[in-house]
Amino acid sequence: MVSQLTAPAKSDVTPQQPPRTRRRVAPSVGRPGVVWAVPGLVFFALFAIVPMLGVAYLSLTDWNGLGSPQFIGLDNWRRFADDPQIVQAVVLTLVLLAGNVAVQLPVSVLLGVWAAGHQRNRAVLSAIFFLPLLLSTAATAIMWRQLLDPNFGVPAQLAGVFGGDGNFVGTSRGAMIALVVVTSWQFVPFHSLLFQGAARAIPHTLYQAAMIDGAGRVRSFFSITLPQLKNTLVTSGTLMVVGGLTAFDVVLVLTNGGPGTDTTILPFRMYREAFQTYDYGYGSAIALLLLVVATVVSLLLTRLSGYDKMQSTQEGV
Amino acid sequence: MKSNSRLMRRVIAAVGGLGLAVSVSACGSSGTTAAAGGDGEGGGKLNYWTQQDPTDPVLQAAVDSFNAADDADVELQAFASNGYKDKVRAAMGSSEMPGMFFNWGGGSLDDYTSAGLLVDLGEAVQANPELESSFLPSVLEIGKVDGTLVGVPMRGTQPVFIFYNKQVLADAGIEPPATYADLEAAVATLSDQGVTPFAVAGNADSGWTELMWVSYLVDRIGGPEVFERIRSGDASGWQDPAVLQAAEEIRSLVDSGAFGTNFQSVSYGSGGTSTLLSSGKAAMQLMGSWEYATQVADSPEFAAEGLGWVPFPAYEGGKGDPANVVGNPSNYISVTTSADRATAFDFLETTYSEEYVQGLVDAGEVPVTTNAEELLASAPNPDYAQFQYDLVADAPAFTQSWDQALGLDIGTPLITEIQKLFNGQSTPEQFVSAASALQ
Repeated sequence: MVSQLTAPAKSDVTPQQPPRTRRRVAPSVGRPGVVWAVPGLVFFALFAIVPMLGVAYLSLTDWNGLGSPQFIGLDNWRRFADDPQIVQAVVLTLVLLAGNVAVQLPVSVLLGVWAAGHQRNRAVLSAIFFLPLLLSTAATAIMWRQLLDPNFGVPAQLAGVFGGDGNFVGTSRGAMIALVVVTSWQFVPFHSLLFQGAARAIPHTLYQAAMIDGAGRVRSFFSITLPQLKNTLVTSGTLMVVGGLTAFDVVLVLTNGGPGTDTTILPFRMYREAFQTYDYGYGSAIALLLLVVATVVSLLLTRLSGYDKMQSTQEGV
Repeated sequence: MKSNSRLMRRVIAAVGGLGLAVSVSACGSSGTTAAAGGDGEGGGKLNYWTQQDPTDPVLQAAVDSFNAADDADVELQAFASNGYKDKVRAAMGSSEMPGMFFNWGGGSLDDYTSAGLLVDLGEAVQANPELESSFLPSVLEIGKVDGTLVGVPMRGTQPVFIFYNKQVLADAGIEPPATYADLEAAVATLSDQGVTPFAVAGNADSGWTELMWVSYLVDRIGGPEVFERIRSGDASGWQDPAVLQAAEEIRSLVDSGAFGTNFQSVSYGSGGTSTLLSSGKAAMQLMGSWEYATQVADSPEFAAEGLGWVPFPAYEGGKGDPANVVGNPSNYISVTTSADRATAFDFLETTYSEEYVQGLVDAGEVPVTTNAEELLASAPNPDYAQFQYDLVADAPAFTQSWDQALGLDIGTPLITEIQKLFNGQSTPEQFVSAASALQ
C-alpha cells in the first residue's frame, strides 16, 4: 500500500546503473530444455532414421540376402510402372483401410462411451470385451480361419440354412469382409479403451446443463460427447490409419493375399517381395512408397482435423 | 558474469546429455566377434541344421553313433518348420553358417551354389564311390545344380499320387481311374451323387496343392522335357502347347465340378482336405505321400481300412510316360564352406548305412537307397511302402515339385497365377502369358 509517488524519488538519486532487480531465470530452470530430449532423439535416430536410410539405399540395389548388394540405380522404382499389381495393391490397401475405419470407429466410440459409465457390471463386461486384444494376431487369424472353413466352420452351418456352398473366404468380397471383421474384432477393444478414458474426462456439468435445457440422451451424445471426444477421435483415427498401412499379419495368415491377388495389400506385397522371394531391393522400394503414403495421410489427418493446433476441448467450460 | 555462467551451464549440460546418450547407445553394440568355424579347425564342432520333424530321432541316433565311432563333434539342431528356410537363408554367408543342413535340393540350392557357399560333393564321391552308387539315380540327380553334386539324399521319397476313399468309390460303383477318360467319367458319376470328386485346397496359402495338378498334366501331355526347359531358364518353355493344353484341361475340370464349388476357401490338412476325404465328403485327393501320416494322425481307422492309393492316370495321346512321377524326390543334406570337410564327408556315409535306413523305414519313410527294398517288409505299412518304392524305382523320370525346382522368386508368383487359373480369374491363355512373364 505504499504510495507510488515516493518510488520515483528514490530512483532519481541513483545514476546510470541498471536496476538491481532479480532477473527472471525462466525458462531454463524448472522446464525441461532440449538437452532432456537428446537420449530419446538418439534412440529414435538409431532405430528409426538410420534403418530408413538403409532401406532407401537398399531400394537402389539388387540384393537377395546372400553376398553384397549390387547398385542398380532407379531400376526398382521403374519396376513400379511395369507392375500392374502395385496399383491394385494400393487400391486394395485404401479400401481395406476405409472398411476398417468405418467399422471400428463407430463401434469403439459407442462401446467406449457405454463403458465409461459407473455401474458395477460395466467393469466386468469391459474386462471381458478386452480379451481379444490380448491374443496374438496370428492366433486370432488361425482361429478365424478355422471358423470360416467352408465345410466345417460357420459358413457351412449357414449354408445348411440359407443355401449356397459356404464359400466365403475364397471369394474376393468375402475375403475383404473377413479381414475387416477379424481386425475389428481384435482392435475395437483397444480403441474402446481410449474412448472410455476420454469419455470419463468429460465434465458432468456439461451434461447437467444440457439436461436442464431439455436435451435427451441422443441429443447430448451428438452435441456434447462427440465434440468433446474430438481429439481422441483423431488419435484413434491416426492409429488406425498407420496400422492399416503397415499391418499384413492378418492377411498373411487368413488369406495369404488370395484369392489370386484380391487381398494382396501393399504391406503384404512388401513382405512377400522382401522375405518370401528374397528380392530385398524391390521390397525396400515398396516400403519407401508405403512410408511416403503413410506420412502424407498422417499429415492430412492432423491438418484437416485441426489436431496440430492443440486446441483443448475444455475451452470455455 | 551471470550470462557467461548460464551459458557455461548450458554447454556442460549439453555435453553431459550427449555423453549419456552416446554411452547408452554404445552399451548395446558390444559387437559379436566373428566366430568362423573354419576349415582349418579340424575336430571343431560341426553344426547340422534340420527341420523339426518326427524323423529327428533317426537323425539324432546317426549323429550319436558317428560321434562315438569317429570321436567327432557333430551337433544336430532342429528348428520349427515354419521359419526354417528363412533361418537358413539369414545364416548363410554369415559367421553363423551351419556346417551341414537339411534342404529340398534342386532349385532351392541355386542361390547358395552361385554364392559359392556349398561344397562340391564330387570330391567325396571320388574318395568314396559308394556315396553315389547307393542311391536311386533319378533321386540323386535332383541333388545336383548345373551338374555339380551339392546334396546327398537323407530322407524318404515323397511321390505324389491319388488317394481315395474306398467306401465312397464302392458306393458309386466305380474303380479308381487308370486313364484320364476314366477320371472324367468318375467326376461325372461322383458329382451326380453329391460327392466332391477331388478335394483340392484352393485357399491362397495352400496353392501348392493346385500346382501338383498342373505339374502332372504338363508331364503327361508333353513329357518331362517341357518342364526341363522351363527349369533351365528357357522362358519359351511356357509357350509349349502342352502347357496351354494342361491349363485348358484344368479349366474344364473346374467347370465340370471336379473340385466342388467352394474349394477356394478350403485349406490343406486336417480340418481341410484330409478331413473331407476321411469323412467321405470327397472321393479322392491328389497329394504327396505324407498324406498317409496326416490321415493316421487325424483318423486312424480310416487310414487303416478305408484309404486307398493309385498312381496318377495315363493321358491318352500324351507324350509323357504314364510311369513318370512328380513330387519331392527326397530331402538332401549339403555341406557348406564353413564345415570341416573331412569330418563332413565321413558323416555323409551315415546316410546310406543300414541302421540309418532301417530307422527311416521304421518311421514310415521310404528311403531312396538301393539297400532299402529288402528292409521295407518291416515298415509300419509294408504295402504302402512297397507301392511308393516301386513307383519311384520304376519311374523313367522324377520331376521335382515346380516351386522347389524353380526357386522362390519364380515359384511364389507362379502359384498365385495357378490359383487365378483355378479360380477362373484368368483364362488358360492369360495363365500362359503371365507365367512366361515371370522369368
